[in-house]
This record gives sequence, structure tokens and C-alpha cells, in this order.
Amino acid sequence: MLAVEFEAVTFRYEDMLMRFDLAVEAGECVALIGPSGAGKSTLLNLIAGFEEPLSGRIKLLGTDVTGWPPARRPVTMVFQDHNLFAHLTLFENVALGIDPGLRLKTEDRARIEAALSEVGIAELGHRKPEQVSGGERQRAALARSLVRNRPLLLLDEPFAALGPKLRREMLDLVNALRRARGLTVLLVSHQPEDARYGADRIAFIQAGEVRYVAPTADFFAEPRPTDVAAYLGEAES
Amino acid sequence: MPARSFTGPVIAGLTANAAIIILIGGSLAALLLSATGLDLGSVLGDSYIRHVVGFTVWQASLSTLLSVGLGVPVARALARHPSFPGRDLLRALFAVPFFTPVIVAIFGVVAIYGLGGWLNRGLAFLGLPHGFDLYGLPGILIAHVFFNMPMVVTMLLPRLEAVPADSWRLAAQLGMGSWAVFRVIELPILRHALPIIALLIFLLCFVSFAVVLALGGGPVATTLEVAIYQALRFDFDLGRAVSLALLQLIIGAVLVGASRAFEQPVQLMPRLRSAAPRPDATGRIGRVIDIALLAIAGLFVALPLLTVFIEGAAGPIQRMLSSRSLQQSMLRSLMIASLASTLCLCLAMAIAASNRRRPRRQRSRWVARLQAASIGGLIISPLALGTGLFLLFRPVVDQPWVGYALVIAMNAIMALPFGLPGLSQAMADAAREDDRLCAGLGISGWNRARLIDWPKLCKPIGFCLGLAFSLALGDLSAIALFGRDDMATLPLLLYQQMGAYRMAEADATAMLLLILSFLSFGAITGIMGRHARG
Repeated sequence: MLAVEFEAVTFRYEDMLMRFDLAVEAGECVALIGPSGAGKSTLLNLIAGFEEPLSGRIKLLGTDVTGWPPARRPVTMVFQDHNLFAHLTLFENVALGIDPGLRLKTEDRARIEAALSEVGIAELGHRKPEQVSGGERQRAALARSLVRNRPLLLLDEPFAALGPKLRREMLDLVNALRRARGLTVLLVSHQPEDARYGADRIAFIQAGEVRYVAPTADFFAEPRPTDVAAYLGEAES
Repeated sequence: MPARSFTGPVIAGLTANAAIIILIGGSLAALLLSATGLDLGSVLGDSYIRHVVGFTVWQASLSTLLSVGLGVPVARALARHPSFPGRDLLRALFAVPFFTPVIVAIFGVVAIYGLGGWLNRGLAFLGLPHGFDLYGLPGILIAHVFFNMPMVVTMLLPRLEAVPADSWRLAAQLGMGSWAVFRVIELPILRHALPIIALLIFLLCFVSFAVVLALGGGPVATTLEVAIYQALRFDFDLGRAVSLALLQLIIGAVLVGASRAFEQPVQLMPRLRSAAPRPDATGRIGRVIDIALLAIAGLFVALPLLTVFIEGAAGPIQRMLSSRSLQQSMLRSLMIASLASTLCLCLAMAIAASNRRRPRRQRSRWVARLQAASIGGLIISPLALGTGLFLLFRPVVDQPWVGYALVIAMNAIMALPFGLPGLSQAMADAAREDDRLCAGLGISGWNRARLIDWPKLCKPIGFCLGLAFSLALGDLSAIALFGRDDMATLPLLLYQQMGAYRMAEADATAMLLLILSFLSFGAITGIMGRHARG
């Protein structure tokens, strides 16, 4: 089954008309790469419902969700920062994923504890975001995605501020969770090596269009399309 | 680098600091010296003084409660709707009361809520019970809310708007309703910001002078600040004036000390306008409430200002403007404001420059403390400061030039706490951004001032100058204390005309003063802003 289908979706950002066509299989991990301002985050925002298309339809898991509010979509998203509210503990931040008013039942607490330990921060639930490292904050954000129980996980450069080793650990964690729970993952990244390390397929996005989609191994194989080569040349030098 | 430690800016800064410290310290010393013969116990035992202190605290508490209680929902409503026609106008309107001469605002408030005002006439026209009496506590509260509710909005809104767009996306994704948004996102901001805002407003209402003088209406509704003035100017009771001034200083110092405890540096990220709509701004009922709130708040602020123009334009304006006393008062006001704002700017520049040129570790701590204390002390009580100056210069205070000099000095010093922080911050920012580059390229002295600093600083300089000018133009405290009958400025003239019910003349004076105030602030900041880079 297809987890994400874009049917002739257009979107206008200031003077730039974007036009996206994309299909993602359920259970896949697809990385979106491309230059800044190409529309990678816009594509995720369209899936999550933070932006509405000018025209066209977006189907998630076979259902047309165009016009649905973000909270109703089968989607959860992790941002680069500001995932956590600074005055709430990690536990409470995760709990927001179960009830946005923080009214918790006993079994909810157990679920939150389980999610915290699943992402490897079981002991840090009582800490505030400022008291933990950047990687631990993003783990807490992932834990909240887990308790929300949504089949689609969107990652908008959540690991950009982390070092190479930590980024790999986080990608391993994401992929482990994906396999354990059958999630579909879309990952925006500025690091081609992250895409190469963690993704099944890569979508190259430029100037508001999905230019080129290929399995990861093929994507990095020579010869590359000229625009991809130009992008990688800049990024790898 | 000991050779560099006595450059021009440092000497200027030391001079400015010394001048301020001597003036304030001197007046404080004069107060304390003349208080040695006083029995503070009997002062506190005086039932009238106890009543005055009680009323001062009571009206300031109520004013704060009302200003914050109304300002918070208005700021929220503005934050919830980041773009609608007239929003920028409304925001600009909320900045206006700060630059409105207090006595002009009082004139507008009386024209609307007074016995013969629009409100009572409207109620009478509709056959409803009328006769709302403005004088006393109601008038004081209305005027204080007019000044301070917009201030709450202006201080709170940037913090509410600083919530990152991702937080709103997150709230939308988690399905937060408006209650959850309030609890999770807005409440922490309010909890952080409101104590210091409320305390500042309490302080301003606590030392409010002109509002209480004009609207208090007698000994029942009077505050310490007005009681000092009356003791000094009407009862010629120096002992009482001194004890009231000391009482005012002690309470004020406690409040300022308390506000220091709440002060936290707020890092507001300059950011693009949030692209994410707020999930709690879509409900129809909420939207109607927000619109109603904004309309009421906008009218509440705009109407008193509008009446000044309407009443002014309706009167025999040409005949009034040709009155000799009005013209002389205008010239006097402009002269005092020009000199006071120039003096204020010189003091602020000197202090800010000396702070920036001297690394923190070199600055001796007690100088910094003394400076902070004296500047903080200014907010405490202009009238207490004035009483001290009055004592210091008592033998010569009847000389006109001494009166003018004291009025100008007091106005310059009173504007300093409002003008200095922005300038000081801008200078420190400029130093942090450019010092290394300038040192590397060998740009220094006049070249640096002309090429690097001036384009960056002329905007904050213009703001400081314009602010001091419009505050001095609207001043009633200093002129009431030191002015003689033949020294009336526009605010004092307006106060006298209102007191004597010479309303046709008051109409013209109020309009002239308001127009002058707006024009001068606009002209000064506009001219200086034109030179600004970018």
C-alpha cells in the first residue's frame, strides 16, 4: 500500500510555484535532499497539514486528507528544534502526545515510561529540556511521536545540530522503531551521508519539484544527473 | 592598557555620573539633614499621612490590577490574529499614550467621562441614569488604565509573538484547544513576564502626580506625591514635605529593590513573522470576543485623544492661538524641552560611552552601583528629588533663572531612566559587533565615530532625544514645583485653565500641546532616522 501519494499538488510560496508528485510505500524510509529553499520542508508541511495545497490532492494510507486539520492526520512530525516546551519535564512533554491538556490515566503513565525507555532516556523523564543534551531532547520528541501512535513519521532535520556519531545513533534508533512498529518515515536532511546511511530511497528536490527519486545505492552511483551532481559537489566539498 | 583608560569618553562619562550623583546625592543629603529634627514616629502616627499612604497603595494596586487584567486579553487577542486590517494602526495607537502629555490625556478623559462629557451626555440622551462623577478614585483609575493598559500590551505582545512557529505547528498537530494552548504555551510566558510588568506599573501609578493632582479632587483622594507638593507649595510646611518625601523614597526603594529581584534578561530572538497560524484562533466565538475586545480597547485609548482634536478644532481656535499668554507658554515649553532633552542626551551618551569603553572588570563596582542606584532612584519619586533640590537651593529658588535651571535639570534627569537603556544597549551592541573588526582594520577615533558608529547609533540617539523632548514638553511635576506664576509652560497653563473652567482656552491649549508633542517626537526621530543605515 502507498503511505503517501501526491496527486498534482501545487503550492505557492511567495513568487515560487511548487509542484510536487511523490509516492511513498508503507514501511519505507525516504530521505528528501536538495538545496536550501527547494521545498523540502514545505513538502513535509503539506503532508502534516500545516500548509494547504493550492490545487491537487494528498492521500495518506489511501485516504484523501486534503483540508484535514493537522491533529486528525495519521502523521506525527519532529522539528529541528522547539519540539519541547521548556517549562515542562520530558515526561510531560511526551504526555502531551496522549492528551494535549495533560489529563493522564494510570495506563497512560505506563505507556509514557515505556516510550521513554524505548528511545533510551528512561531515567530522564523528570528533567526539564534545558537539563538534558540536544540528542536527548530529540529522543524525547521521538518518544512523543511513539505515544501518538501515528503510522507516518516526518522528520524535519531533527538531527542537524548533532555530531556525526550521534546522528548515526539517532538514525539507527529511528530505523529500529520503524521496523518494530511498521512506521513509514520521511526524513529531510542537509547531510547526504545521513540519507545514504539511513534511507531506503532518496528523493531529490529542487526549485519546488521532486526532480529525481531512486533507491539509495542507485542515487549515489555514477553517473549522476547533472543537477544532483551539482548539489552533491557543493555539499561534499 | 593604562594609557587608554583616560580617553575623552571616559572623562565625559565620569563627569556625567558625577553630576548626577552630586545632584541626587545632594538632594538626598539635604532631605536627610533636615529630617534629623523630625520625629518619624509622630509622622507615621499622623492619621492623615497614614490615610494618604493607604490611598496611594490602594489606587496603585487597583490601577495595576485593571491595567494588567485588561492588557493581557488585549495582547492575547492581538497575538492570536497576526494580520488583519488596522492591526499596525492599533499597535501604533497603543504606543501613543506614553508620549501624550499627562495633562492633555486628563483633559481628554474629562471631556469624555466628566460631568458634562460625552458619556454623561450620551446617557442623558438615551434617558438612562447619568451623572457619573469622574473626580476621585474613578478618574484616577480611568487615567491610569489609559496610560498603562497600552503599556502592558506593548511589553507583552513581543513575548507572545516570540513563540516559535514550530510550537504552533506542534500545538496544531497535538490537537490543542484554546485552553490547552493557554496552559501549555501562554501561561508560562505570562508567569515569567507579568511580575515585572505589574511591578513597573504599580511603581508608575504609585508616584503618579499630575493624574492625582488633577483628578483626585481633594484631600480624600490624594497620594504621597501630591501631598509632598501641597506641603511644599501651599502649606509651606517643609517638615511635612521632608517626612513625606522620605516615606515616599523608602517605599519606592523597597519596590525598586523588589523589581530587581524579578528582573530576568529576556532574549527575544529577532525572527521572521510566524508563518504558522495559531490553532486556537479559528473558533468563531473566540474571534468575536477578540474583535470586541480590540475594538473596545482601541476606542478607550483613541477617544480621549480624538476629543482633544475635536474640541480644539470646534473652538475659536484662531483667537485663542493669538493669545499672548499661550504664545509665551509655548515658547517657554519649547525652550525648556529643547534644553532638557539636549542635556538628557548628553548625560545618556556620556554614561553609555563610558560604560562601553571601559571593560567590565575595570569599572569600579561602587561607581556602577551608585550609577544604577541613582538612575533607579529617579523612578522612585521626582517630587522627593524635587523636595531635596528645593531645600538645597532654598535661598535662591525664587530667582527666575534658578527656577528654569532646576526645571530643566529635573526634566533631563527624569527622562534619563527611559532614554538611557535603549542607547546604552545600542552602544554596547555596536561595540560587541564592531570592536574586533575596527581594531583589525585600524579604524578608530573620529573615523570610527563617523563611519561605523553614527549610522548605527543615530536612530537610538534620535529616539532618546525625541523621548526626552516629549516627556519634558508634557512635564507638570517639575514646573509645578519650581515654576512661578510668570513661568507657566503649556502643561501648567492648561492645568490652570482647566482649574478655572476657562474651557474655550483649555481646548486650544490642549490641542496645541498634543500636536506639538507628536510633531516634535515625530520630527526628531524622523530626522535622525533618515541618517540611519538600512
